Amino acid sequence: MHHFIDRRANPKGKSLGNRQRFLRRARENIKERVDQSVRGKSIQSGSGVPDEGEKVTIPSKGLKEPRFFHSSKGGTRRHVLPGNKDFVVGDTIKRPQGGAGEGGRKASEDGDGEDEFSFTLTQEEYLEILFDGLELPDLVEKATVETETIGTRRAGLTTAGTPNNLNLVRTMRNSLGRRIALQRPTTKTQKDLEEQIAELEALDERTQPQEAFLDELKKRLEGIIRKRKVVGYIDPLDLRYDTFVPEKIRNSRAVVFCLMDVSGSMQEREKDLAKRFFLLLHLFLERCYEHTELVFVRHTHHAQEVDEETFFYARETGGTIVSTALEKMKEIIEERYPPDEWNIYGAQASDGENFGNDSIRCKNLLLNDLLPVSQFYAYVEIVDEAAEMLLNNPEAGEDLWQNYREVKEQAQHFEMQRVSQPGHIYPIFREFFLPKVKGAQNAGS
Amino acid sequence: MQAAEKAREPLFDGPEWTFELMEKARDAIEEIALGDLGLDVYPNQIEIISAEQMLDAYSCVGLPLMYQHWSFGKHFARDEALYRTGRQGLAYEIVINSNPCISYNMEENTMAMQTLVMAHAAFGHNHFFKNNYLFQQWTDAAGIHDYLAFAKNYIAACEERYGLSAVEEVLDAAHAMQSQGVFRYGRPPKPTTEELVAMQKVREGYESGQSVLDIWTDSTLGRDKLEEVEDASYSARRKMMNLPQENILYFLEKHSPVLDAWQCELLRIVRMLAQYLYPQKQTKVMNEGCATFVHYYIINKLYEQGQIKQGAYMEMLHSHTNVVMQPEYDDPRFSGINPYALGFAMMQDIRRICQDPTDEDREWFPDFAGDPDWRKVMREAWANYRDESFIQQFLSPNLIRKFKLFTLTNDADLPNLVVSQIHNRAGYKAIRRDLAKQYDLAYLEPDIQVTDADLRGDRELKLTHTVRDGIHLDEEDQEEVLKHLRCLWGYGVSLDAVEATSES
Repeated sequence: MHHFIDRRANPKGKSLGNRQRFLRRARENIKERVDQSVRGKSIQSGSGVPDEGEKVTIPSKGLKEPRFFHSSKGGTRRHVLPGNKDFVVGDTIKRPQGGAGEGGRKASEDGDGEDEFSFTLTQEEYLEILFDGLELPDLVEKATVETETIGTRRAGLTTAGTPNNLNLVRTMRNSLGRRIALQRPTTKTQKDLEEQIAELEALDERTQPQEAFLDELKKRLEGIIRKRKVVGYIDPLDLRYDTFVPEKIRNSRAVVFCLMDVSGSMQEREKDLAKRFFLLLHLFLERCYEHTELVFVRHTHHAQEVDEETFFYARETGGTIVSTALEKMKEIIEERYPPDEWNIYGAQASDGENFGNDSIRCKNLLLNDLLPVSQFYAYVEIVDEAAEMLLNNPEAGEDLWQNYREVKEQAQHFEMQRVSQPGHIYPIFREFFLPKVKGAQNAGS
Repeated sequence: MQAAEKAREPLFDGPEWTFELMEKARDAIEEIALGDLGLDVYPNQIEIISAEQMLDAYSCVGLPLMYQHWSFGKHFARDEALYRTGRQGLAYEIVINSNPCISYNMEENTMAMQTLVMAHAAFGHNHFFKNNYLFQQWTDAAGIHDYLAFAKNYIAACEERYGLSAVEEVLDAAHAMQSQGVFRYGRPPKPTTEELVAMQKVREGYESGQSVLDIWTDSTLGRDKLEEVEDASYSARRKMMNLPQENILYFLEKHSPVLDAWQCELLRIVRMLAQYLYPQKQTKVMNEGCATFVHYYIINKLYEQGQIKQGAYMEMLHSHTNVVMQPEYDDPRFSGINPYALGFAMMQDIRRICQDPTDEDREWFPDFAGDPDWRKVMREAWANYRDESFIQQFLSPNLIRKFKLFTLTNDADLPNLVVSQIHNRAGYKAIRRDLAKQYDLAYLEPDIQVTDADLRGDRELKLTHTVRDGIHLDEEDQEEVLKHLRCLWGYGVSLDAVEATSES
C-alpha cells in the first residue's frame, strides 16, 4: 500500500511560531540594531523601510546553542583523508594556520563560528519592533487621500481648430506627402531651369538648336510655375490641429511638512521620538503616493527651512514661538506646493511650550490657513516619562495644548497625542489611516 | 523474457511530472526493488512539497511535526538567507524513518529526478530504516508520528500554562545536552503491550506520571528507591541512581531535586527525540550508501529495459555523479569524506567482491568473496552494521587504493603533521581502523557521565569527562552548558576531566 500526497497547498508559514519565538528571544539585540538603524537612517533618502524588509545583523551571543563538544585544539588525532599524491609514511606537513585543520569538522552544528548572525526582518516586523509592540494593520490600500484637479488631456487630432493648436509636424507630414504624390516641382527644379535659361539668354548669338532648346525650356518653366501655383506648398487639406478634452486628474503627489521645536528643551530623547513620528508618517504616505517630498521646518522664536541633517542634529538656541513655523509652512505651500496639485500633510512635534499668547495665533493659523489645504495634520507633544498626569489626562496641559484641543474639536483631520515612548506614536495614525475613514477631503477641490 | 523486457514502453517522456506518471514510475521501481533486489520496505507515503516547505522541514531536523522553539526559527532564518542568496541549494528529498515511510519530494524536480528520488528515498532509505538493527532496536517507526504530535501539543500546553519563558528555559537547557541525552550502551527499548497502553494513556491525558521510557528504564535499570533507602554511602547511591550514568538528561529527569513533573516531561521529550535520531547519526555512510546503490541499480535496470529514455537517464546519471563526487584533500571543495561517495563505493565494491573477486579479496574477505548471491550479502550488511563496524568489516584494500586514503596524525606536541599511513600493504589495516574510528560516535562525542550526586549532602552534581587522546572540551561552550545544567539541577554542578586509562 502506498500513496502520494500533494502538500503544496498546505498553509504556509508552518515555522511562523518558531520565528516569533526567535524574534522574541533576540528582541533586545534586534531592538538595539533597529534603533541604531533608524537613528542612522535618513527619512528622506533611506525612505524608511524597504518593502522587502530590512537586513539586520545581531550578535549571536544570546542565540548561541552551546553543546559539549571537543575542542579543536590540542591532543592527538588521526585524520583519514582521500587523494594521496606523493606522500610516503613519515612525511611531515606544516600545520595549517589556526592549528585546527581538519579537526574543525565538529566545531559546531550551527556553524556560528562567527559572532554575528544576519537575517532579514520583514517590514512589518521591523515596524513592530521600531514602534515597540504596536500592532500595525495591513498598510496597503489605505489612506489614499487624493486630491483631484481638472486638467486637460490630449485627445487626438482634428482638421479644424484654432491656429495656436496647429500641429505642425502632422501638418507638414501631410503636406510633404501630398506634394510628392502630386509631383509638385521643387524650388530647386525651378531655379535650375531659370539658370539654364539665363545662361542661354546671356549668349550673344544662339544657334538654331540652342534657340529651340531655349523655347522649350521657357515653356517648361511656365508649366512648372503654373503647377507650383496649383499645387500649393501647404493646402488647407494638410492642416491638423491638436484637440484637448477636459479631465479630472488624480493627484498622486504628497508633501510632508515636518515641524519641530528645536529650542533648548528638546533633547536627544525628544528628537529621537520626533524622528520616529516623522518617519512613520512618511512611511505611511510613501505607500500611498507615487511621489512624496519632505520639508523640514525647525523653529525657535523664528522658523527656517533646513535639510534633514540640520533638522535633527544641529543645535539652536532661542525662545519658542510656534506660530513662526506655521507661518513658514503656509509660506512654503503658497510658494511651491499648490494644494490642488499636492496632498499636504503636516506633522508637528514639540514639547508643548510656547511663548505668551502665541498659541491662539497658532490655532487661527491652523483653522483658517493650514487645515483647509491639508489632508491630515498631526501634532505630538513629547513629555517626560514621569509626567503621568499629563499622559493620562488630555484635559490638562499648557496653552498650546488647550488651543490645539479646540482645533481638534473643529477639524476631524487633525490629530494630537502626548507621547513619552515610541509606542505612543502609532495611535495618532491608527485612527486616521483606518480603512473606513477616508480622511477629510481637500477643501479646495 | 529478455526480449519482453526490451519491448517495454518508456515510463515518461519530457521533464514535467504528474501524479499519474509518478504512480507508473513508482510501480516500475517497486518491481525491481522488491522483485530483483529483494528489498523489504514500509508502505510509502510520498508527499510533494514546495521550496518553502522544504525549508520548514530543514529547520525542524527533517521531522514532519515538531514542537516550537526559537532555535528552529533561527535555523530557518539562516537556511532561508543561504537559499535566497543562492549559496545553498535544497535537497531533492527528505525521508523520515516512520511507518508508513514518509518522503518529501520537491515540486521543482523534473520527472527524471522524481524517479531517481523515489528509487533513492522511498526504496533505498526505506529499506534501510526497516531493516537495520539500530533502527529496529532503538526507534519506533510506527509510533513516531503520534509521539511527535504528543510532544508538540504537550509543549504548547505547557507554554500556555507556565509561560513561554519558563518552557524556553527548560528546552534551551535540554537542547544543550542533547548529545548527552542518549543511551549509547544500555539496552534499547522494545515496547511491550502494557507499555503501549501506558503510552496511549500519556498521549490521551498528558498524565505527568510515567512514560514508556520510564517503564522500561525502571524495569531494566532498577526502580528508583531513593526514598526507602537510608544508607547514604557512595556505593549505595551508586546502586540507587545507576551511577555512573551517561544519559545526563535521563539522570536529571529522574533525580533533579528542583524539577517539576512537567519540566521532567520536557526533558524526556528532548531525550526521546535525541534517541530517535541517534541511529541516523551512526549510519550516515551506510544509509546513503544503501540508498545510492539502490537508485543506481534501479535506474540502470530501468534503462536496460527501455523504461526510461536516454535523455532522462543522462540527467539521472549527471545528478548521481554529482552526489558521489569525492574531492581530494587538497581540493578547495574538500570538506571531509563524502558519505555518499564512500558508501556508494563500498556497496559497489561488495558486489564486485561477490561477483568478480581477486586473490586479494579472497584473502581479505573469505566469508563472502565469490558468493553467488550478492544481493543477500548486501542485505545482510545493511541489516547488521553501523558505519564504524561496517567500515571496519568491509573496507577493502582495493577501495583504499582507489580513494588513495592516507592517515595524517596531528599531535599538538609536535610542530608538524605527520603522514602516518598510506595506501600500501602495511597501511591498509591501520587506515581502515582509523577511518572506522572517525565514524564512531562514542569516540567523536565527548564521553561525559554523571558520577555522583549526594542528595543528602551538598547535593553537588559531579560529572566526569573522560579525556581520550588529550582532547578536551571546548571551554567557552562548556561553561555555557554548565550554566544550563545548574539551572536544571538547582545546585552546584562540577565537571572534572579524567584521562582515560587504557585507551588506544
